[in-house]
Amino acid sequence: MKWVLLTVIVICTVLSDVLQSHEMKRSGAQRVNARGLARLLRTVATRRFLILSIVLMAISFFTFMALLQREPLSFAVPASAATFIFETMLAKWVLHEAVGKRRAAGALLVLCGVVLLSR
Amino acid sequence: MRQGLPVERKGPATRSGFEDLRVVSAAARVPKSRILLLTLAVIALHEAGNLSLAWGLKHVASVALSPIPYLLAMLNPFVAAGMVFLSLWLLTRMALMSWADLSFALPLMAVGYVLAAVLGKFVLHESVNTAQWWGVALIFAGSALVGATPHQTHKPRGRS
Repeated sequence: MKWVLLTVIVICTVLSDVLQSHEMKRSGAQRVNARGLARLLRTVATRRFLILSIVLMAISFFTFMALLQREPLSFAVPASAATFIFETMLAKWVLHEAVGKRRAAGALLVLCGVVLLSR
Repeated sequence: MRQGLPVERKGPATRSGFEDLRVVSAAARVPKSRILLLTLAVIALHEAGNLSLAWGLKHVASVALSPIPYLLAMLNPFVAAGMVFLSLWLLTRMALMSWADLSFALPLMAVGYVLAAVLGKFVLHESVNTAQWWGVALIFAGSALVGATPHQTHKPRGRS
């Protein structure tokens, strides 16, 4: 069961982040003052992919809670950090970002760090 | 390779189309210091939201796959405050995504794990072992490595 929950978490998180990044790039640079955030909220309401990304994020969150009920934090956190690798790969292939050696090595270092930190 | 190329728009160059191009070009001009500041704000809002939510949910009896117990727990002020923080976190995170690449922002936001460990050590007086300090060092090293790369590199299809 824990692997099923973990798979759901990873897939939902990765899809949510990729969709969100894709849509936000299309929207252009947003402002972070009160007016800008209100405008962003209206943008969210009109973009179905942004709504889908929030739904996926919520599924991921509740599934993570369910995983924590069955498994210790020392399993749940490093295992779900696998999203770093998948998201970096999709950022390159789907979002067409320039993921060079430094970014790939950085993501790998962060992954190793999260695994060590959660032990 | 030019960075921060404006997103290519389909259809005729309408007035709104030019406005969009102007806005997207502005994303490339956001200084990295502002991006790092926004990343810190995103991390702080996430930690504040999680802490508040965890505190409020402490006394929720049933935690299951169903979201219903969580929805009922929203009447608790700590849970409500946590939801406000997490809503702001979501919006600022989206704004960050509009300023920077996913592969840039994600490793930087991992510094939140470090913050949680440091708060655990110095505020809650939890023990942090040697392996965990190594983890902190690796996360910092990875974030620094990614942070040194250009923050916006995505280019639309068909462009060189």
